[in-house]
Amino acid sequence: MKLNLFSFLFTFTILSSHVLSISDLILTKVDRRIDLSTQIVRTTTTLKVENAGSDIVSEILLPFPENHAIHLAYLSATLNEGRGKAKPSSGAGLPYDEVVSPKDFPNSLKVYSVTLPKGLGKGDSLTLDVLAVFTHILQPFPEKITQADIQLLLFQETAHYLTPYPVKVQSLVVKLPDARIESYTKLEKTKLQGSELKYGPYENLPRFSYLPMVIHFENNQPFAVAKELVREIEISHWGNVQITEHYNLVHGGAQSKGEFSRLDYQARPYVRGASAFRRLVAKLPPRAHSVYYRDEIGNISTSNLWGDSKKTELEIEPRYPIFGGWKTAFTIGYGLPLQDFLFGIDGKRFLNISFGSPINELVIDTLIVKVVLPEGSKDISPSVPFPVKQSHETKFSHLDIAGRPVVVLEKNNAVPEHNEHFQVYYKFNRLSMLREPLMLIFGFFFLFVASIVYMHADLSISKTSASYLAKIQWEEVQATIRQVHTIISRCLTTHDKLEASLRDLSRTGDIQGCKATRKSVDSSLKELTKELKSPVAFLQSSPQAAQILPKVEEVIAKERDLQERLMAKHSTVVDCYEKKLGGREIENRVASHQQKITALRQEIDDLMDLIDEI
Amino acid sequence: MAVTTSTPTSPPSMAQDLLNSLPKTLKLKTKQQELLIRVATLGLIYILAFITRLFSVLRYESMIHEFDPYFNYRTTLYLTEHGFSEFWNWFDSDSWYPLGRIIGGTLYPGLMLTAAALYKILHFLRFAVHIREVCVLTAPFFASNTAIVAYFFGKEVWDSGAGIVAAALIAICPGYISRSVAGSYDNEGVAIFALLLTFYLFVKAVNTGSLSWSLASAFGYFYMVSAWGGYVFIINLVPLYVLVLLIRFVGFQHVQSGEHMAAMGVFFLLQAAVSCGSDIWIVLQVFFFLDWVKHLLGDVKLFQAFLRITVTGAVSVGAIALGVGMASGYISPWTGRFYSLLDPTYAKDHIPIIASVSEHQPTAWSSFMFDFHILLFLFPAGLYFCFKRLSDATIFVVMYGLTSMYFAGVMVRLILVATPAVCLISAIAVSATVKNLTRVVRAKVQTLQSGSGKGTSASKGSSKGVIDNSQPFQKNGAMLLLLGAFYLLSRYAIHCTWVTSEAYSSPSIVLAARGAHGQRVIFDDYREAYFWLRQNTPPDAKVMSWWDYGYQITAMGNRTVIVDNNTWNNTHIATVGRAMSSYEDEAYDIMKSLDVDYVLVVFGGVTGYSSDDINKFLWMVRIGGGVFPVIKEPDYLVNGEYRVDKGAAPKMLNCLMYKLSYYRFGELTTEYGKPPGYDRARGVEIGNKDIKLEYLEEAFTTQNWIVRIYKVKPPKNR
Repeated sequence: MKLNLFSFLFTFTILSSHVLSISDLILTKVDRRIDLSTQIVRTTTTLKVENAGSDIVSEILLPFPENHAIHLAYLSATLNEGRGKAKPSSGAGLPYDEVVSPKDFPNSLKVYSVTLPKGLGKGDSLTLDVLAVFTHILQPFPEKITQADIQLLLFQETAHYLTPYPVKVQSLVVKLPDARIESYTKLEKTKLQGSELKYGPYENLPRFSYLPMVIHFENNQPFAVAKELVREIEISHWGNVQITEHYNLVHGGAQSKGEFSRLDYQARPYVRGASAFRRLVAKLPPRAHSVYYRDEIGNISTSNLWGDSKKTELEIEPRYPIFGGWKTAFTIGYGLPLQDFLFGIDGKRFLNISFGSPINELVIDTLIVKVVLPEGSKDISPSVPFPVKQSHETKFSHLDIAGRPVVVLEKNNAVPEHNEHFQVYYKFNRLSMLREPLMLIFGFFFLFVASIVYMHADLSISKTSASYLAKIQWEEVQATIRQVHTIISRCLTTHDKLEASLRDLSRTGDIQGCKATRKSVDSSLKELTKELKSPVAFLQSSPQAAQILPKVEEVIAKERDLQERLMAKHSTVVDCYEKKLGGREIENRVASHQQKITALRQEIDDLMDLIDEI
Repeated sequence: MAVTTSTPTSPPSMAQDLLNSLPKTLKLKTKQQELLIRVATLGLIYILAFITRLFSVLRYESMIHEFDPYFNYRTTLYLTEHGFSEFWNWFDSDSWYPLGRIIGGTLYPGLMLTAAALYKILHFLRFAVHIREVCVLTAPFFASNTAIVAYFFGKEVWDSGAGIVAAALIAICPGYISRSVAGSYDNEGVAIFALLLTFYLFVKAVNTGSLSWSLASAFGYFYMVSAWGGYVFIINLVPLYVLVLLIRFVGFQHVQSGEHMAAMGVFFLLQAAVSCGSDIWIVLQVFFFLDWVKHLLGDVKLFQAFLRITVTGAVSVGAIALGVGMASGYISPWTGRFYSLLDPTYAKDHIPIIASVSEHQPTAWSSFMFDFHILLFLFPAGLYFCFKRLSDATIFVVMYGLTSMYFAGVMVRLILVATPAVCLISAIAVSATVKNLTRVVRAKVQTLQSGSGKGTSASKGSSKGVIDNSQPFQKNGAMLLLLGAFYLLSRYAIHCTWVTSEAYSSPSIVLAARGAHGQRVIFDDYREAYFWLRQNTPPDAKVMSWWDYGYQITAMGNRTVIVDNNTWNNTHIATVGRAMSSYEDEAYDIMKSLDVDYVLVVFGGVTGYSSDDINKFLWMVRIGGGVFPVIKEPDYLVNGEYRVDKGAAPKMLNCLMYKLSYYRFGELTTEYGKPPGYDRARGVEIGNKDIKLEYLEEAFTTQNWIVRIYKVKPPKNR
């Protein structure tokens, strides 16, 4: 019974795997090219596939050994319809999926299945370009080096292409950096041409043929690995996309040991410090502005920026050269024009911007992209061309009340190939833009209103205390004095009118008009005198005004005196005119009045100033 | 249609009305005009005081300066992140390893609380600023506030004109700017504000006799105590002032009357509660108590008997208390810094750690001139005016000015305390002079105007004749003097701006120099080294350096240090000084006992940066030798001369500091035409070019060699 069950299970697995894998495909030609010139290993494989069986095949399986698969950062398969190899593949990559390794496959394989757009019929063939990108796959050996040593790396691969299908012809080219090659596995048909190592062509290999080979070579390219990169993309509808990138960088190559000598480094930086990197280049989008480069403790002054209409290039230098295992952390930030990245479609807006880091050849272990949308955005949906972990959070920035919605996208093991554009769709009401300016306006408005209220409100606690009452009284006295002041100044202006009428008289000789003016002035002066009575009475009754009262009374008396003098002068002049006396005669007659008037006027002016200052 | 035709006609008339009425409505009364001008001037002064301190941000960046501000920044950061009670109970294990430091009990929290409160308020108002920006701008903000307080103080002491001049003078006075530029996030930044506020409120309380003012003054004093150790100045100045008033006894009647007694009493009690025992206080309390008893008893004989009993009682009780307190250590004797205030030579002979600090040196005349400029000459003039119009307030200001001037002469950094007084008294001089002169000038202008206004030629002639006869010399002289005063004041403004931009705006973390072609060269070596420490050493690594760099290493490098700028434990510092001045193997034992992992030295031999560790080395020897007699200063000198070249003392050439500073320096050519190993800071070729390190290894050296970090090797296997 037990055996029976076991056999049943066995047949079941065979069956299920049959569905997945068994097909009569043949790879007529396989060209592989492995690029080891940087820390990122790129394998480009061109497969010519032919269906030798009778069933229609719609899937092609791509197995990777597990020790490679864990380092796989990026995989893409494209149909190559053109002739040229170098041509970029037409159309988008084909969809692929990780599938359970079928049972008849060797152990420790990870299998990806590529779905073809249309089934491959009997005898049909196609060409498939597969790009696989690996990180952390180059092992430094020795693992620890001194400042003077060069960095040596080990790379292990199979010389035969690992595939579940029989292969007719295959070849492998390994591109190495222009530097020393310590050793490599010599197999049949191995050739070293310059910096290129060639294996093959090998013919008629069975399924899963595996031939290990190892290359030990020098590579002093920067091994910049971002342990974590947080990119914050903040949209402002006032016309700016602000990008802030927080890097946590480490040199991922051979660890440095022993002492670091600045003397050696500065004398021969490319020999004593060959494995270190001192600068990174970031390619920013065109029209990037307000670029900054800083870290937790302040600005870092060693950076350069060039720009043209196609791109902006930022060269940054960390505070110190980064040797193996050394770490650094920094932030770069820049603004981009909104119209280059934000578009609208069916009443929705969407941001279209690249996902990865702008720094060249950077490996990112954890990439977190945060898209900060304006406050009040709704119906948010991101669309990323590859699988990412999504979550939401809220950020509070200037003048936020509810906070800005943030879309958080997390991707592990990112490489420059992930610098594809992604989109975030959302809805946003244009009127919400006005909210923050209005908040500011109202804030200041209320501030001013509050200060006005404070200035006018009576905030004293005790309304009956002596000092408070005295203050009130004093204010009343001040108001009354002001009243007196205005009345007297009005009197003075009426005096001026009288003088003006005299000047008119000398010009036109209109005696009647002059008399009429005098009459009106007389009546208005009388009225003003009446008006003066009540304030003066108040001042006389108030004890607080005792000090100022004499001055006020003096002014009033002087004013009255002046009034009389003026009237006298006026009537004299008018009389003289009626008698048709000469100018000199008039002046002689008026002279005594005039002198008094001038003196009085001066005294009154001085007194008025004095009163005004109280 | 009717509407459309009528509208075009109405606007012109309306506009005309408006035009006619505009001058009337705009024509303000003299008083309102004066108020408007005063408020506008104060507003401008407020802004000026702020922006003149922003040179450092423009020249460099928005960063924290120097040494102590880094500690303040670190604690503020901790306060905002962990809250007040955590902050208050903070035991900092990152400094003074292995002793640690109780932060809450050993700092003046006023500054941190202020910055944290500003930060909280800004965030409440929805301004998402970084705490660093708040800290950087705290000092300029308080400088602006100080200017406003100076205005009110000046108004209280003299008149509003003097107030405005005082505000303007203090807004740009270099003596104050030196401690309050943007980024200079130090206690003094807020303390000067608190100091002046306390004094202002105190004078206000004396003038009005109001209880609320004296209460406000007590709170101002409380704030001052929480912010800066300089509060002892207030607590001694105020009773001294009261004593002077008691002796003078003129114009002091209202202090004696009942209600003012209460007002003063509140202030005294609050002060007495805060301070613990300044002798003058006790005298004052006794005086007031006796006064009160005299009132109660009313009989002279009885009073004298009472006096005899109480005096003998009080003296004996006081003597016993003092003896017990001293013996039990409850009353701590005066600190060395305090002694050195009374006797400037004290520190030099007894406490090298105080004498070693540059800001504790006696002040040179040049720095008085540099910090005060014309105020130095206006100060005596202001004193003259104060004595001419002696009142309670002016007596206070005069006493403040004279005592603080003495202290400013004793210690460079106390120029700061004298600055507000000097500004106030100078402002009185300027204001009084200008006012008198303008009165002379204006009087004539007015009569001239009124004369011409009359119109008739006869009166015009007569009035003119009168004026021309009345001292033409006086008018011209006044004009000339006014011009001179304005010339001096504008020179002052130019000097202040120049000093601020050239001398006081350097963060001293980032050094700037002129290159060969006149371009600006920046040496950012400190931050390079600290950031290297932060990133590339184990998080629990202990770094040994001279105490100057302790705060910076903990704040920027985020690593544990052995000693820092707090200098509370002389023995610990002496241990470090001993390690630095010993041979490498002896130093290794000391470093092992302190668990040191890295040693950091500052070296200026490549760049010519003179304030490096070699130049500070003699202080290390002195401080080390003060505790450990094995270290003897003469061992490092040759005929009393300190040198690093071939003629240097053998102990000097082989001590740890020399080795760490000059390790592999002998192979480097620093200047064209000079032999390798030419030290540019001291201008000599070094004496020991073949330095081998046995127990340490170079871990990092910055680009310009200013900071060198060495790793202490683990002990060899036996």
